[in-house]
Amino acid sequence: MKILIIEDEQQLLYNIKQSLEKEKFLVETASDYYTAVEKAFVYDYDCILLDIMLPQGSGLDILKELKKANKSENVIIISAKDSLDDKLKGLELGADDYLTKPFHLAELNARIKAVIRRKELNGKSDIELGNTTLAINERQFFVNNNLVTLNRKEFDILNYFMLNKNRLVTKNALAEHVWGDNTDQADNLDFVYYQIKNLRKKLLASKATFEIESIYGVGYKLVLK
Amino acid sequence: MKLLNKSIKYLSVSILGIVTIWAVVFYVNMLKEIKSSIDEGLENYKRLIIKNAIKDPSILNKQYFDESFFTIHKIDEQLALSIKDRYVDTILLMQDADDIAPEPEPVRMLITAFKINGQYYQLKVANSMVEEDDLIRELLLDVIWLYIILIIGIVFINNIVLKRLWKPFYDLLNQIKKFHLGKTQKIPETKTNVKEFTDLQKAVNTLLAHNINVFEQQKEFIGNTSHELQTPLAIATNKLELLLEQGNFNSMDAENITEVYQVIQRLVRLNKSLLLLTKIENKQFLDNKTISINEIVKQCLHDLEDIIAFKNINIIVENKFDLKVNMDTSLASIMISNLIKNATFHNIENGKMEIIISDNFLEINNTGDIEKLDEKLIFTRFYKSNSKSSTGLGLTITKAIASLYAISLSYNYKQTLHCFKVDFSQKNN
Repeated sequence: MKILIIEDEQQLLYNIKQSLEKEKFLVETASDYYTAVEKAFVYDYDCILLDIMLPQGSGLDILKELKKANKSENVIIISAKDSLDDKLKGLELGADDYLTKPFHLAELNARIKAVIRRKELNGKSDIELGNTTLAINERQFFVNNNLVTLNRKEFDILNYFMLNKNRLVTKNALAEHVWGDNTDQADNLDFVYYQIKNLRKKLLASKATFEIESIYGVGYKLVLK
Repeated sequence: MKLLNKSIKYLSVSILGIVTIWAVVFYVNMLKEIKSSIDEGLENYKRLIIKNAIKDPSILNKQYFDESFFTIHKIDEQLALSIKDRYVDTILLMQDADDIAPEPEPVRMLITAFKINGQYYQLKVANSMVEEDDLIRELLLDVIWLYIILIIGIVFINNIVLKRLWKPFYDLLNQIKKFHLGKTQKIPETKTNVKEFTDLQKAVNTLLAHNINVFEQQKEFIGNTSHELQTPLAIATNKLELLLEQGNFNSMDAENITEVYQVIQRLVRLNKSLLLLTKIENKQFLDNKTISINEIVKQCLHDLEDIIAFKNINIIVENKFDLKVNMDTSLASIMISNLIKNATFHNIENGKMEIIISDNFLEINNTGDIEKLDEKLIFTRFYKSNSKSSTGLGLTITKAIASLYAISLSYNYKQTLHCFKVDFSQKNN
C-alpha cells in the first residue's frame, strides 16, 4: 500500500509518516507544491493526504489536476481550515474525505483504511481479525462464525479498534469518533469506559482471540492474544 | 422626539415671547400716538375758543361741559400765571348710542389759562379718547390670533418644507440602519446638494469603509489564527500519541504525559470554541430555514443518550407545542445542544432534567449544584462554575447565537433547579 503525504509542516509530516509506517504502509512525502505535483502524477498511490495551504500553491489546484487525471477519488484533505465552503469545494473536486487539523492519528488511520477499502474491495467490506469477522455493511460481528450481538455504540467502538489494531486509541479520539462533538464539554470521559467494559465482557464471553488493553489510563489498544 | 417637533416646540415658545414683547411695545407706542394726535386737536380747539371769546365774550361764562365740551372760569392773576398748558387723562360722563344712561368715559383734557381785557380765565377743553381697556382687549385678541396663525404657519412650513429638506437625511439614515457589515454590498448614498448632508454622507462612508476594511481583516485573521493554532496543536497531539504508544516509561512519566495530552486536548476544544464564537459574532452563518425546535431537542438528547444514561439523569420532555422558528440549522443545533450539554454535564448523578417546549419558548430545568449561578456572569466568556476542564465558552456561544436572532435568553434558579429559558417571542414578531 502506497501513500503520499503532501504537507508543508515538517513536524506534522514526520508524525504522520511515523504513524503510517507502523501500519506497514509505504510512505512518500512532499512538502511543497511542485514536489507534490511531480510525485502525485509519477506514481499511483492508494491514498493521498493533501494539505490545502502549501508554499507556492494551493492544494485545491493539485486536486483539480488529479480530478482531470481521474485520480482524485482516493484523496483525503487535511486542512486547518474548518470552513464549510472549503469542505464542500474539496469534496466537489472529488476528494474522498476532509479531515480538519488537529486530528488524532487513530482517526487518520481509520479514514485512510476506509478509503483504501472502498477502492480495493469493491463493496466487500469485512474486517477479519483472529477468529473474528466484522461485517461493516451488515453491521454484524462474528466470533468463530457465531453472531455476537453488539449495540450501535459497541459496534462503532469495535470497528474503530479493528481499524487501529495494535495502535493506541486515546479516549479523546474514541469519544470524538463515536460520540462526535457532543463530548466537547464533558469534564470526564468515564462514559467511554462504561461502553468499553461492556464490550470487553462480550469479547470474553464469545472467546474472541483479541482483547482491549488499557494504556496508562489515557486510552486503549486492541491486541491479539 | 423628532427634530421637526423639537423645532416647533422651541419656535412656539420663542415666538410667544417675541409676540408678547411686540404687543406691549405696540400698545405703548399706539397710545402715545393717539394722545399726541388728540393733544394737537385740543390745542387747535383752545386757539379757536380764545379767538371766539374775543369776538363774543358771552362764552366766557360757560361754566359746565355740555355740547361744546369746554368750560371757562374766571381766576385771579396769581393762579393764572402759575398755570401752564397741561394735558390730563380724566373721566367725564358721556352717553353714546349703546348706552342707556350717561357713563363715565375716559377723556383727554387740556387745562390752560388766558387773559382777555385784563381778566384772567381758566380754560378746560376735553375730547373723548379711546378706552384703554377696550384697546388692550382688542390688542390681546389680535395678538392671540397672530400667534395661532404663526404657529399653524410654522407647523405647515415645517411639515412641508423641512420634511422635503430633510428627506436626503432620512434616506441616508434608513440605508445606514439597514446596513449589515459583511452582508450589504452597497454603501449608503443619497442625492443632495446640501453641504451638511454631503458632509455627513462622506463621514459615514469613510467610517464604513474603515469598518469594512477592519471586518475583512478580521475575517482573514480568523482564518489565519485557525491555521496557525490548529497546526501546532495537531503536531503536539500526534507527537504525544506516538510517544504514549511507544510505552516503556514508568507510571509517573505516563501520568505526566497523559496530563499534558489532556491539557492539549483542552486547548484544542478552546480554540475550536473561540473560532466558532468569532464566526458567529461576525455573522458568517446565515442560511435561515424554518426548523422545528422539538426535532432539534430530540436529536440532541439522542446524541447525548450514553452520557445521560451514564449519569443516570431522568429526562422529562414536555412538547406542549410544535415550536417552529426561522434560523440557521447548524446555529440552532449548537445553541440548543450547548444548553442541553450544559444541563447534562453540570448535572448530578441520578439527577433530573426537564425540557418544556411551549408556543414561543424553550425551557430547560436541571438539578445541579445547590447554589444559584451568577446570572450576570454565566453568559460571559470564560465563566466557569466549578468544572475544571470545560472551556467556559459553551453558554457564551449560545448567547451569541441568541443575540444574533433577537432571542432572549435568561437564567433562573428555583427550588434546586437551574432554569434556562430561550424566549423566541420577540424574534417571531
